[in-house]
Order: sequence, then C-alpha cells, then structure tokens
Amino acid sequence: MDFLIISLIKAAIIAFVLLTALAYLQWIERKVIAHIQLRVGPYRVGPHGLLQPLADVVKLITKEGVIPSHVNKLFYLMAPWLAVTLALISISVLPFGPQITIGPVTTWMQLTDLRIGILFVLAVSSIGVYGVALGGWASNNKYSLLGGLRSSAQMISYELPLGLAVAAPLLLANTLSFREMVDYQSGYWLGFIPRWNVFPEILGFVVFVIAGFAETNRVPFDLPEAENELVAGFHTEYSSMKFAAFFMAEYANMVTVTAVATLLFLGGWQPPFPEPYSDAVPILVFALGGLIAVYHGMNPARRKDKFTLPAAGMVFLGIAALFGASLLVPVLKTILMALFWFCGKIGILLFVFIWVRGTSPRFRYDQLMRFAWIFLFPLSMLNLLVTGLAVALTSK
Amino acid sequence: MTTLIFLIFAGIAVFCGINLVVQTHPIASALSLIGVMGSLAILYLQLGGEFIAAAQVIVYAGAIMVLFVFVIMLLNAGAEGTSRQVSSFARYVGIVLLAAFLGLISFVIQAMLPKTEGVVFGAFQGGTALDVGRKLFTVYLLPFEVTSVLILIAIVGAMVLARKEI
Repeated sequence: MDFLIISLIKAAIIAFVLLTALAYLQWIERKVIAHIQLRVGPYRVGPHGLLQPLADVVKLITKEGVIPSHVNKLFYLMAPWLAVTLALISISVLPFGPQITIGPVTTWMQLTDLRIGILFVLAVSSIGVYGVALGGWASNNKYSLLGGLRSSAQMISYELPLGLAVAAPLLLANTLSFREMVDYQSGYWLGFIPRWNVFPEILGFVVFVIAGFAETNRVPFDLPEAENELVAGFHTEYSSMKFAAFFMAEYANMVTVTAVATLLFLGGWQPPFPEPYSDAVPILVFALGGLIAVYHGMNPARRKDKFTLPAAGMVFLGIAALFGASLLVPVLKTILMALFWFCGKIGILLFVFIWVRGTSPRFRYDQLMRFAWIFLFPLSMLNLLVTGLAVALTSK
Repeated sequence: MTTLIFLIFAGIAVFCGINLVVQTHPIASALSLIGVMGSLAILYLQLGGEFIAAAQVIVYAGAIMVLFVFVIMLLNAGAEGTSRQVSSFARYVGIVLLAAFLGLISFVIQAMLPKTEGVVFGAFQGGTALDVGRKLFTVYLLPFEVTSVLILIAIVGAMVLARKEI
C-alpha cells in the first residue's frame, strides 16, 4: 500500500511539473527566438509575457474544434491522442536524482526503474511516429499526407544513428538501466575532470544530439512542417486542443531527448565539480541573477521595470538563500542539488535546440536523407566499433 | 493481479487479431496488427522476457509495421468493398461449424500434450538482456550467425532488385 501511495504522489508531482514546464518551454522558446531576432517576444500578458502560456492554454481550450468533413474520423481523432500519450510516457522511467530519505520513507527521485529503461525509451519513441503518420494520412489532405510521409521516413532513418550512438555508452557502462548508467559516471578523473561519457564518447554525443533534432522534427530537420511547401505539414487540418496535443508532443519529445542525452552522456545529476565547490555554484548563480535584476530595477529602462525586476530579483535571492540553507539540511541538499544540476543540464541542451532553430535554415529533403545515410550512420557505426574494441581490450 | 493483466492483454490480442481479418481498410488492419504485437509484448514481459518484449516493440511495432503503414499510405490503398455475396444461411452455419472446429482442435491439442503444471508468472528470471546475449553467443551461436547471413543475403537481394528499377 505504501508503494502505491508513494508512486501516486510521485506521479502527480512529475505530471504537474512536466506539464507546467512544457507550457513555459514554449514561452522560453518564443522569448529566446525573439531576442535572437532583436524583437521582444510575448510582452503584453503579465510582466514580460509571463502569463502568456496560461492565455494560450485558455485560448486553445475554448476554441472551436473543427473536424473537416472528409477525414477518417477515428484515426483523425486518435492521432493527436497517440502522439501526446507516447511522448509523455517516456518520462516515467527517467531518474531525476539519487535515493532520498524523508522521515520514514526511502525512495528514489524517479517514478520507476526498469532494467531495460533505455530500451523502453527507444521503443516508445519508435512507436511515436504513428501519431504523426496517422494524423497526416487521416486528414485526407495532400499537404498533410506529404508531411506525415516525410516525418515517418525521417524518423526511421534517424533512428538508426540514434540507436547506434546510444549503444556506445551502454557498452562502456555495461547496463541498460538509467540509474546504473548515472552511477557509472560518478567520480572524477585526476580529481577534477568528471567521469562523464561525453569525454570518451564525444562523437557519439554529437551524433545523438543531431539525430535527436531529427527525431523531434526540429529545425534544421523540420521538413514535415515546412511552411513554404506544405502549409503546416501533418497538422494542417487540426485545430484547438488537437493541435495543442501535437504541439505538446513535440515539446515533450524535446524534453525526453535532452533528458536522455543528459543521463547517458552528461552524468545525469552528478555535478561537474567535486563536492565542496559544486555546492557553491547554485548559490552564486541565483544570487548573481538576483543582484543583476535588482540593479536593473534600480535604473529602470521602462516604467513597469521598477516593480517587476526587483520582485524577480527577490525571488532569485530567495532561491539562493534556500540553497544556502539547504547546506545545513542534508535531505534538502540532496534533492535540491540533484534537481539543480539535472535541470541545468537539460536547460542548456534545450537552449541549444532553440538557438539552432533561431539561427539555421532548413535542409532540402535529399540533403536530409543523404546526411543520415552517408554521413551520420557510418560515423555512429565507426564510433560503436572503436568503443567496442576499446572495451574488449581493456576489460578482462 | 497478474492473471487479470494476462486476461486483459490476451483479450486485446485476440480482439485485435480478429479485427485485423475483419476490417476492410488496410490501415485499420495494420493498426490492429500493431495492437496484437503490443499486447504480445506485454505477455512476454509478464513471463519474464523483458528484453524480448522490448525487442518485439522496437523491431516489429516500431520498425516493420511503420514500413507497412508507410507503403499503404504511399500507395493510397482505399477500403476494399465486400462485394462477395454470401447467403445468410451459409453465414450462420459457418459460425456454428467454426465454433465446432475450434473446439475440436483445442480438445485434440489438450489431449495430445502431456500434462504439465501451469505457468507461474514471475518464476522465470533469465530474460534480461545479459542472459539473452549470453545464450545467443554461446549455446545458439551457429543459428545466430546463420540467421545474420540470411539477413545479409536478403539485404543484397533487395539492393539488386531495387537497382534494376533505376
């Protein structure tokens, strides 16, 4: 019974945090791209557009859901549901932190650990293509169909380099479980270089991230929804919440890909510096952010900044104080430090995703396929062979 | 609990299998086949074959069936009309005969097979990736290598056939 209650609590927390994060990820993306293009982005709803996701959700829910008359209704309605469900499932096997003990309860900061966790994520993501393909086909629209076909061809092609890139760190760590994978990456070489897989496997990491871009249909691989050729690709005929479901699936896939990259290559929640130094980093980061915000609040560029920036600065300083206080409470420290480093790494990778979208153009279709089969696939194969040879020579 | 899960997913597998044959639209049939494979994967998982379950989903549901669906969409195959006229008399008698035939088959199989104790869920522990890998590269090395040569021949054959078209 205890197990059931703890699992329910953990599931509720993870679902709430994940869904909120997905909504705000979209706000961050719009803001970052706006600043790359010298615009301000969402600004009207709330201070600096902070309530924009809420307004978007209300808009999407209250909008009329149009079902075109010529669609295959069952599959048309099933596709967005399938896409979002499969995109959200993967998060259930990803660990966010180490084992913690709160009072009488000892539990992992993870919903469940499978011995085949990595295979589970690969399996779910390989089924995820049906949502897009079905949505494109059931819409009974040439543009949608082309988008769906492009998407499924692209996802099948890039799954190969992705799988081979994943296999190399698996060989090193000799496990399929995310927990053991992170344990394997703990510790430091020479006392200061973290033992993350990214250093021996830099090639695999680059291939994984590139294939991750393609698997999530992001720029520069967003041919399934190329506006100038295909209107909006597979979701042309979708509106209201059905459209939002596809959108949410894309962002959830982004979070999953970056989280898996963090766990496999960047050491999960392990800090990049040895113990006493790594504790100071979050305090310094948040305190510095808070002080900068307060400073700009003192010299406001706009009228409203007099109130919003000092308030944001206070929040940041409060978080810094919380991290400082957590140094005295071991339980709190374990949770906060793990979350800080894990979310920080995911955040940096997500920022790279958005950065690339803001700066790079789209591939042509033949370039996309040639890149996958002639460059990426042999490269990841070579990486796997070299890793296998190294493991075979070093292990007794 | 395990029996309940078994019954649910066995039911889904059988339902999807029947649906696969009954449906007139190729896409609906293909999706039913994916349903069969997915529920079979869950049954493997219950029996302790976790690696086989994952491989089933990745290879069959995630790769082979995607190609099936892909081809069906590319050819834009529509629903097939049920033009064959079957008299209602033949249909009802057919159902009865089918039930009798299935009952006979299951009776014969039960009578022929030696009495064994039932499967206990969770009793088998050798289904991890480690165990499967060990078995593949020691006991079943020859069949494993022969299969890979067979797949290689199939790949080369596919290349040759595709090459001719250009």
